[in-house]
Amino acid sequence: MWKYLLRRIALSLLILLGVSALIYLLVMLMPADYIDNQTSAALQNGSMTMEDVMRLKELYGLADKSFTGIAKSYIAWLKSTASGDLGFSFMYGRPVTDVLSDYIWISFIIAFLSYIFQIIIGIPMGVKAASNQYSGYDYTVSVFAMMGTALPSFFLSALLMNVFSIQLGIFPLQGLVTATRIFPSDAYIQVFLDKAWHLVLPITVLTTLNVGGTMKFTRTNMLEVLSSDYIRTARAKGLSEQVVTYKHAFRNTLIPLVTSLSGMLPGLFGGAMITETVFAIPGIGYMALRATRGGDIPFIMGYNMFLAILTVLGMLISDIMYMVVDPRVKLS
Amino acid sequence: MGLFDRFKTKKIEGVDDTMYLTLREERRITKENTKIIKEFERQKNRKHVTEAEYLTQMRDPSNVVEFDNLHTYFFTEVGTVKAVNGVSFDIPQGKIVGVVGESGCGKSVTSLSLMQLVQAPQGQIADGSIRYQAGNGKCYDITKMPKDQMLKIRGKEIAMIFQEPMTSLNPVFRIGEQMDEVVLLHVEGATAESAKARSIEMLNLVGIADEEKIYKNYPHELSGGMRQRVMIAMALACDPRLIIADEPTTALDVTIQAQILELLRNVKDKINGSIMLITHDLGVIAEMADNVVVMYAGRIIEQGTVHEIFKEPKHPYTIGLMKSKPGGKLKEDRLYSIKGQVPNPINMPDFCYFCNRCDHAMNICSKEYPNMVKFSPDHLTACHLYYGEGLQEQNQKRMQNNQSEGKE
Repeated sequence: MWKYLLRRIALSLLILLGVSALIYLLVMLMPADYIDNQTSAALQNGSMTMEDVMRLKELYGLADKSFTGIAKSYIAWLKSTASGDLGFSFMYGRPVTDVLSDYIWISFIIAFLSYIFQIIIGIPMGVKAASNQYSGYDYTVSVFAMMGTALPSFFLSALLMNVFSIQLGIFPLQGLVTATRIFPSDAYIQVFLDKAWHLVLPITVLTTLNVGGTMKFTRTNMLEVLSSDYIRTARAKGLSEQVVTYKHAFRNTLIPLVTSLSGMLPGLFGGAMITETVFAIPGIGYMALRATRGGDIPFIMGYNMFLAILTVLGMLISDIMYMVVDPRVKLS
Repeated sequence: MGLFDRFKTKKIEGVDDTMYLTLREERRITKENTKIIKEFERQKNRKHVTEAEYLTQMRDPSNVVEFDNLHTYFFTEVGTVKAVNGVSFDIPQGKIVGVVGESGCGKSVTSLSLMQLVQAPQGQIADGSIRYQAGNGKCYDITKMPKDQMLKIRGKEIAMIFQEPMTSLNPVFRIGEQMDEVVLLHVEGATAESAKARSIEMLNLVGIADEEKIYKNYPHELSGGMRQRVMIAMALACDPRLIIADEPTTALDVTIQAQILELLRNVKDKINGSIMLITHDLGVIAEMADNVVVMYAGRIIEQGTVHEIFKEPKHPYTIGLMKSKPGGKLKEDRLYSIKGQVPNPINMPDFCYFCNRCDHAMNICSKEYPNMVKFSPDHLTACHLYYGEGLQEQNQKRMQNNQSEGKE
């Protein structure tokens, strides 16, 4: 097993190398880079000349857009990354690693809470829908789950904001803290409650969007398991329907469920770009979207590499969990 | 469609004679099914059913099970499938009853009806009764039994062995855990240790040498034959009065098959139970069964003792089955097979189901369904050849043949 893990990690490094090269190439080939964005106004009103702009580009390492130029700067980026330095963000003026570590936590909290809700709502609903297939409950739950999945996140966010913030005024519209309130420095509980209050709507949105998928996935797998031969054996033994469903069937449904859900765990750090932006929550997704729009190459590279690592890690965790929950699987 | 039909030269059986349902018909069927199924499910899920409602009397006290005019239907969206359509036979105490027939003739559904394991909600026992002589001396009608009472019979008094040992054991639990479950469920006062002891004893009984190790194994670590042994051990754990073996050897290779059959026979004597052996292998029947029931398209077409069925099969279908068995001769011509296929189970005709495949088909055969004709107290067959109008026609034919032979 250790051999397998080592091989997988070596393979992951190779994948990450490929991913980084591809992203770097694409980002460098974006038509307007950071300097263009920053200087276009000054260039137009004549306060800067083309030479100034080129000098700036030289300074930022964006001047040479030929293939060899990109390759050279990529190798330089790779060297510093290998030593743990992701460079300086153009837009935020701070080391990329600092920005990342500052903003992932709020994203993680939102994503993790919605992940928990998604599990505790979606799985029991899926199990119940499957064990009462074609019943009223099954149809109702399936329809609502599909509706949740089909809604675009920005639309659902806007809808909830309109109803709960603007019309009813129960929840705040945007942001993470109430800007008009000033808290004493030791009022931790009040600050915490204020933040929690701000996070209700974003978490609701993310849960609504994802719970349908989990429910459908559970239902499908449960149905497949329920029609299998060993469930018939379990029933023939005289076990009650409760034991058949929740012990024999559910334990088998857990195999695909745990594998896919545990694979999602690292991804929770990745941030929810659209929802965070709509609610103006300073999470990592929001920061990344701004950086991408602004052409902040070090940050885009850092963020995307972070996502790539999370994905690779997710797959690895999936594999390991597969072995843990299914006695038939041996990693070798 | 009309345009395409014009270019067609030949009608393909099973394709061009397929009935297509219009959307409206389909909707009507679905609507009716929902209504019927709801009524059945309501009946089944009633709470507080008094015992008197499902107590009954055996016709013959020496039987364990008596199927009486059993009808099990599947209400599908293309129509009602009469999987079991009026089946009556007995399983005597201490005997092996073999049920033979082609795939899809209702053998398995008959046995699943006995266990109340027909795939609900589509599958429902529509009519008839299954009388069961329980171990406590009472006699129950299984078709009327409430679910919670049935749980006490399943696995304890009637155990089942399935066709596919590879998939019949739960892959994520150890053999021991799955076996203990039965004992813990049905034996009063069983503890983890006593259940384990019982399981290991059973594993030993079915000829597993390394029982302590197998007890700790997962199903995927065993071969097919071993798993079938485990299934048998599991079925035996509570000394059942009846074991239903649904094609127990179909998925196994021939040597293992012989071992498993031998084991089943030994085991039956040890627990003094009965076996309902479902198979389509006539060799297995000849080897094992005391009585034979031949089914075709959801009905019994012939039944009798194993000698009667093998020595003098009466129904043309049974005769065909006997002929289509490889004889074991070194040089053999083409193996005989009964032409045609089992008819579509939806919209069955009201005359003999076998008549379009039968070599002896007469006019009467496509007019009414034949009655059961008795040849001996046990030997019955449903065929027009042996009574009434059909018999007369046969005699005439025979006489003509004799005359024409005489002329030559």
